[in-house]
Amino acid sequence: MKPSHIALVIALAAALVAPFVAYPVFLMTALCFALFAGAFNLLLGYAGLMSFGHAMFFGMAAYFFGHAVKVWELPPEIGILLGVLGAAAIGLVTGALAIRRQGIYFAMITLAFAQMIYFLCVQMPFTHGEDGIQGIARRPLLGGLLPITDDRVLYYVVLAIFLFGYFCIYRFIHSPFGQVLKAIRDNEPRAVSLGYEADRYKLLAFVLSAALAGLAGATKAMVLQFATLTDVSASQSGEVVLMALVGGLGTITGPIVGAFIIITMQNYLASFGEFVLVIQGAIFVVIVMAFRKGLVGEIADWWKARRKAG
Amino acid sequence: MAQVAIGLVNGAFYAMLSLGLSVIFGMLNVINFAHGAQYMMGAFAAWLLLGFLEVPFWASLVLAPLIVGLFGVVLERVLLKRLYHLDHLYGFLLTFGLSLVIEGLFRWQWGSSGAPYPAPITGATDLGFMMMPTYRLFIVVAALVICLATWYAIERTRLGAYLRAATENPTLVRAFGINVPRLITITYGVGVGLAALAGVLAAPIQQVSALMGTNLVLVVFAVVVIGGMGSILGSVVTGFGLGLIEGLTKLYYPPASNTVIFVVMAIVLLVKPAGLFGQTK
Repeated sequence: MKPSHIALVIALAAALVAPFVAYPVFLMTALCFALFAGAFNLLLGYAGLMSFGHAMFFGMAAYFFGHAVKVWELPPEIGILLGVLGAAAIGLVTGALAIRRQGIYFAMITLAFAQMIYFLCVQMPFTHGEDGIQGIARRPLLGGLLPITDDRVLYYVVLAIFLFGYFCIYRFIHSPFGQVLKAIRDNEPRAVSLGYEADRYKLLAFVLSAALAGLAGATKAMVLQFATLTDVSASQSGEVVLMALVGGLGTITGPIVGAFIIITMQNYLASFGEFVLVIQGAIFVVIVMAFRKGLVGEIADWWKARRKAG
Repeated sequence: MAQVAIGLVNGAFYAMLSLGLSVIFGMLNVINFAHGAQYMMGAFAAWLLLGFLEVPFWASLVLAPLIVGLFGVVLERVLLKRLYHLDHLYGFLLTFGLSLVIEGLFRWQWGSSGAPYPAPITGATDLGFMMMPTYRLFIVVAALVICLATWYAIERTRLGAYLRAATENPTLVRAFGINVPRLITITYGVGVGLAALAGVLAAPIQQVSALMGTNLVLVVFAVVVIGGMGSILGSVVTGFGLGLIEGLTKLYYPPASNTVIFVVMAIVLLVKPAGLFGQTK
C-alpha cells in the first residue's frame, strides 16, 4: 500500500471512532465547514476563480432547508435536496454574470452579489430577518427508519454526506473535466484555441461548487437546527477563504485541515468575543505574507525536499 | 426631493471612495479591501482629535487624512510592497485581513455603537427648488472639488505625469532615474488619505463607529465594477449617478433601495461587461 492509502485508512478509522472521544456537535460542524471549504477550494484551486461570496450558497441552502423542514414539514433528505438545488440555481445566475469579468473583478462581483443576497435575506419574510429560522426539528430520515435526534447517529449521517461531497470533489478534479479546468486556469487563450469553451467549463465548475457549498449549508442547518443571517454574511465568506488558505489552496486535504483548525480556534477563543476577528485577520496577514501554500502545501513541499535530499 | 439630496450625498461618498480605489489599483494593482476600514479610521481620527485635543473640524479635515495616510505609507512599506510580484489575489486577501484587524481593534476599544460628532455647519440653504442642510451641500461640493483636484494632480502636474508613465512601464521610468517604489508608496498614502478624508466628511452626518465602513466598501466595489477603474471621470459620474438612483429608489420603491446598485451591476455586466468607463485589458 502507498503511504497516501495508509493515511486515508487511518483518517477514516479516526473519523469512525471520533464521536466517542470528542463532542459530536463540534465534529459535525467542523465536517460541514470542511465540505464548504472544499467546495470553495474546488473553484479557486482548480478553476482559478476566486469567489468572495460563497456564503450566499451556504447560507441560502441553510434557509431553504429550514423553511422546507419547519414550515412545509418535509423530511430532512428532501430539505437537503432543495437546499442543494436552490444553491445551484443561485450559482447558475450569479456565476453566468460573474464569469464575464476576470481576475480580481470576479472576486469583487461575487462579493457584491453575496451582499445583495444578504440584504434580501434581511428583508424577505421567509428568512425572518434578524431572528432567522430557529428550532428546526430533527425529523427522522429515510421515512422514519433512521432517527437523528441522537447526536452520535446524526454524526454518521453527516460523515456520510461529507464523504459523498468530498468524493464528488475528488472525482471532478481527476476527471477529464477537471483536466480541462486546470488547462483553462493555467492558460485560458490556449485552451480556447484548442476548441474548449472556457466559459462553459468555468460556469459548470461554479455551479458545482455552489451546489456543494449548499450541501454543506443545508447539512449545517440540520445539525445546529437554525439558519441565520450570519450564514449569508460577508464575514462567513471571508471565513471559508481563511479555512482554505490556512490548510492550503489547491490541495485536496488542505481545506479539511484548515476547517478543523479554524473551528477549533473559534471554540477555544469564544470567550474573547470581538477579539476573534482580530486574531482571524492577523492569521490572514501572517499566512499571506509568509506561508502562502498553507499548512498542507508547506508540509508537502518539505516532504518533497527531504526525499530529494535523502 | 429630500431623497434626491440624500442620494447626492451618498453619491459623493461613492465617488470619493471609488476614486481612491482606482488610484491605488492603477498604480499598485491591488484592490484595497481595507478602504472601508481606513475611511472609518479617518472619522475616528477626527473624533479623537476633537475629544482629546479639541482640534476643530476644519483642522481635522487636513490632519486626519495625513495621520491615516501615514499609516497607509507604513502598511505599504512593511507589508504590501512584498506582494507586488504575486497574483492580485494576495493583495486583496492581505488587505481583507488588515481590515478585519483594524475594525476588530476599534470595536474592541470603542464598541460597535456609534459616537456623535457635532456638525461644523448648521442651518439650511434654500436652493430655490428645495431646502438642503448646508453641511450636506458642503459635502457634495467638497467631493466635487476633491475629485477635480485629484484629476488635476494626475493629468496636469509633473508628478502625475511620472505616475501615469510608471503605470504604463515602470522599468523604463526607473531607467530615467525616477524613484518608482517611492512613487508607489506615495500613491498608496494618497489613496488611503482620500478614504480618510471621506471618513472625516462623513463623521458629522453619521455615527462614528467601528463598522461604518464595512458595508459601504462592499457597495463601493459594486460601483467600481459598474464604472470600471479606467478613468477618474468614470468614478465621479458612476458614484454620483448611483447615489441618485439609490435615492430615487428609496422614494418610489423603498424595499429595493439596498439592492438596486447590485441590480444595476448585474445589468451592466450583461450589457457591457467591461464596465461603463472601463477598457478591456
